[in-house]
Amino acid sequence: MFSGIAVFYLYPVASTAYYSFTSWEVFGGASFTGLTNYRRLLEDTDVVRALVNTVVYTGIVLLGIPLGVVLAALISRPGLRFSGGYRVIFLMSYIAMPVAIALVWRQMFKGDYGVVNWFLSLIGVDGPFWLGTEWYALFAVSIVGLWIALGFNIIILAAGLRGIPKELYEASALDGAGRMTQFRHITVPLLTPSIFFVLVINVIAGFKLFDLLYILLEPTNPVMPETQSLVFLFYNESFVVNDKGYGATIAMLILVLIGIFTSLQFRWEKRWVHYVK
Amino acid sequence: MVFPFVWQLVMSLSTNSQVTSIPPTFWPGELQWANFGRVFESIPFLDQFWVSVSITVLRTAGQLLLCSLAGYAFARMRFPFRRVIFGLTLSILMVPPEVFMIPQYQIIQNLGLLNTTTGVVLPGIFSAFGAFFMTQFFRGIPVELEEAARLDGCNPWQIFIKVMLPLVKPGLSALAVLTVVWSWNDLLWPLVVTTDTTKMPLTVGLASLQGQYTTDYAVLMAASTMAVAPILILFIIMQRRVIDGIASSGLKG
Repeated sequence: MFSGIAVFYLYPVASTAYYSFTSWEVFGGASFTGLTNYRRLLEDTDVVRALVNTVVYTGIVLLGIPLGVVLAALISRPGLRFSGGYRVIFLMSYIAMPVAIALVWRQMFKGDYGVVNWFLSLIGVDGPFWLGTEWYALFAVSIVGLWIALGFNIIILAAGLRGIPKELYEASALDGAGRMTQFRHITVPLLTPSIFFVLVINVIAGFKLFDLLYILLEPTNPVMPETQSLVFLFYNESFVVNDKGYGATIAMLILVLIGIFTSLQFRWEKRWVHYVK
Repeated sequence: MVFPFVWQLVMSLSTNSQVTSIPPTFWPGELQWANFGRVFESIPFLDQFWVSVSITVLRTAGQLLLCSLAGYAFARMRFPFRRVIFGLTLSILMVPPEVFMIPQYQIIQNLGLLNTTTGVVLPGIFSAFGAFFMTQFFRGIPVELEEAARLDGCNPWQIFIKVMLPLVKPGLSALAVLTVVWSWNDLLWPLVVTTDTTKMPLTVGLASLQGQYTTDYAVLMAASTMAVAPILILFIIMQRRVIDGIASSGLKG
């Protein structure tokens, strides 16, 4: 086990770090080029755009958390019929193969005959060619990401809700608290550990954006350069353009960003997460 | 929430002109079951299905074996550098997978394992997440149980298999659920390692089908339905265990 971890994980970290300082020839062989890749990284507008896209995507996916809290509270109401059935339905979006599901959404987002635009036309909105237009394409990808994350969020949040002691609701009801007051002052604060966990997972998953982009847009889509994510850029440089040195540099950038997020995460956790003693 | 699944099914039973009609055809009338048959003519679906199944089974079995052993070792055994090794394993959890990918690709290439199921599976059976996850479960078991078993004359192997493993069953089942879902759905790594259409899993197969047959949407939808179905059927059969498994990834995290 440890040798496997060493060979497939520890050695690669060191190796990627080294590659990020090298330049690759077409016929193999790497030569040390110092900070050249990093200088290129700082000046590369594609990288900036991919970073912006990744952040925008993650931001939109995070809207699934408040939505998830409300839906989780609705399906966790005591005495609700088929509450198990709702959980099955919601979790389907998270379990189903993203590649296959993205193919379906691709049809739904088609500009001329897509069902999304047809629904929009019912309320008098003339929908755009989603997947062929800058920003709209990113928005469409984000909606699918939100839909997938929502299933996961609801399951985790519903599990968190079950951990809140019932006595708190009973006591507050005696004190005259209404449904909304209970939701704001008991449910939400005591759910913060679950909300926080979901937030962290959503952000980390958001930074992994690849499958949806690859399928919804196809690598050859003309708006791909304006819509791509950091991981897509990494894949493209490392395995399509085959510039593994620069690919490694992008991987290091992703590593640093995740590192910054992880250290911030611990700080935020202390500030607004309430743990039940 | 379920609309995309319903729509997927409707489109896979429609004709191509119905799929692209304006306004959308919500009920195809005559169901086009033949779309499913045409999938097998368009791509080596059975080969790819078999690759997906092998990858999922091998990776899950490998992870359960290695991670339960490693988790037990981390939680209970004394060996040199235990803290250092555990710390290194933990630190890997925070590293995004892209950082491993180029060297992993080179290793698989040097071993001559490109375009093989082994090549797709190999790095994934060693899981830092799984080892950490199982360690947490083993730590939750009272030490007294082990001591009692030792006094009754069990050797370490017997303790592990007869006493400890049954007690961490919820952990094993949660890890199995997560690994099955991740392996079945994974795109990026298999996309890099497999280029031969008969050696790639369904995720990569569907991705390449989309490029080639962009006009045969009904077949594309039928193929995607068949790719999603096995996991969803498994999920509906074992819903309680799957939901608990995914929820427990939150409780332990």
